Amino acid sequence: MAIASGGAAAPVTSKLQVSAGEIIVDNVSKSYGTGIFEKKVVKGCSFTIERNKLTVMIGPSGCGKSTLIKLLAGFEKPTTGNILLNGKPVTGPGRDRLVVFQESALFPWMTTYDNIMYGPIARGEADQKARDLAEFLLDKVGLRDFRSKYPTQLSGGMQRRAELARAMINNPEVMILDEPFRGLDAMSKELMWEYYSALFEESHRTNFFVTTDIDEALFLADRLIIMSNIPTRVRATIEVNIPRPRKLADFFTSERANEVKMTALSLLHEEAMKSFSGGSKAAADFVDSYARRSEQKA
Amino acid sequence: MAMNRITKIKRSIFSRSSLRAIIAIIVFLVLWECGSRSKEWLGHSLPWIGLVPPPSAVVLVWMDLLGDSGYWESWYLSTMRVMSGFVAAMIIGIPLGLMMAVSRTFNSITFPTFEILRPIPPLAWVPVAIIFWPTEELSIAFVTFLGAFFTVVINVLGGAKAIDMRFYQSAQAMGSSQWDIFRRVVLPATIPSIVVGSSVGMGITWNVVVAAEMISGGGGGTSGTGGGLGFFIWNSYVGGSYEQIVVGMISIGIAGYASSELLRGIGGFFTPWLKTR
Repeated sequence: MAIASGGAAAPVTSKLQVSAGEIIVDNVSKSYGTGIFEKKVVKGCSFTIERNKLTVMIGPSGCGKSTLIKLLAGFEKPTTGNILLNGKPVTGPGRDRLVVFQESALFPWMTTYDNIMYGPIARGEADQKARDLAEFLLDKVGLRDFRSKYPTQLSGGMQRRAELARAMINNPEVMILDEPFRGLDAMSKELMWEYYSALFEESHRTNFFVTTDIDEALFLADRLIIMSNIPTRVRATIEVNIPRPRKLADFFTSERANEVKMTALSLLHEEAMKSFSGGSKAAADFVDSYARRSEQKA
Repeated sequence: MAMNRITKIKRSIFSRSSLRAIIAIIVFLVLWECGSRSKEWLGHSLPWIGLVPPPSAVVLVWMDLLGDSGYWESWYLSTMRVMSGFVAAMIIGIPLGLMMAVSRTFNSITFPTFEILRPIPPLAWVPVAIIFWPTEELSIAFVTFLGAFFTVVINVLGGAKAIDMRFYQSAQAMGSSQWDIFRRVVLPATIPSIVVGSSVGMGITWNVVVAAEMISGGGGGTSGTGGGLGFFIWNSYVGGSYEQIVVGMISIGIAGYASSELLRGIGGFFTPWLKTR
């Protein structure tokens, strides 16, 4: 069951195994408005979401990550540059790239099971195989007893899990997750990390995960992309190189984890400082002391 | 099981809140009775309430009316007018509101006209309705229809437009066709607004039908007490029976309450996910 690393052709014998895609973001810029009102949100952004890997993007909040996700999903078009999925340009939304949103976008009028089955029914593929897969996923995300509950009857964490299952049943070539665990309490959040990484370790599909939480990024990532503040561009890419399956219990005490965390934090620190330039000295001091404290711990 | 249900019903009847409701109604009736009889008891009548017939007299007149076929005919006629106007408003209003929400072209064609007609009070249509429609019955039903129609359309349109963008985006990303999105996202997401619009619309139709009956003279009534509850009140006023006026008013109150309850029940059936909150 355990797969050591997500190589390009990892032999996975799981129900969740699918052909995984690769996204290349090539010199993409996005701006809103024209003339003097033009605001560049993304500027000359280039990176690759590698096949079968979990790529985590981290950056200061409000740095245009959500804009980037809209571009990847095809909800919006880049002003300049190209986004290629398996070498072909992305022209609009499609089931090959599924987005799991910040806050639950489960349909409130459908039960958990109906929500999960939405995709297969929409495409006329709701056969026995799809129903079996739905059952399998209900088990995987621990919602078997909540299958006929409506989203409002589920806790925040359950809603996120239902949403993961609803996305995964469609076997997307790339899963895009936009801060999916934001707003959960610390305990549920860590539980979600374990659920989610176990799901990933089982399927090894291409995942693109956006977050502002350094621990979350570290625990989940194969590759870590660190973004700069607006206009968004790639600041650095780090290959995490920590073997899977990962367990939360001893993960953060490992030397490699702390090494990556320090590198990432110092880069993020620089970026955060930029947004304070000429601004509040107190805020800058706070960021500074946070970085120093982390260094001492390490 | 059956035992259980009976105890449940008993409990709900004798619960604290229904006890409060019963006491409140009794206190209200007692105050009313005292106010109405103030002339006999105090020597001079209190303002306003002193002119209203006391509930005991109203009940006596009501008992008499229960055997009057004309009174029941009024109930029947008003209910039928409300229902036909209301159902027509739903049948035409819901699809229209949905189409206006879904199609930008259709919206730009219909919305300006709709918005000009909407502020016109339904009662301002009464003369036109009487001229246009061949029978008085149809005129009243048409005015009743207008009362519910604009409210239903504006609620459906508002509800369908307020649907969270992410619902469309995820449906689209999961491979939904336009028709599938309409059927499984737009429609269910709009049902709560349809329910709200229809209950507000139902209230307006009762307002409108009573006034329309007063103006038009009751339509197909066969006696002084027939012709609809609005006509019944007006006729009682003309005939000088104040007790009957009050009976008519309370009858409309009961009818409105019953229709709202009915709609709440139907609405709840179509929105099971809202009950779970």
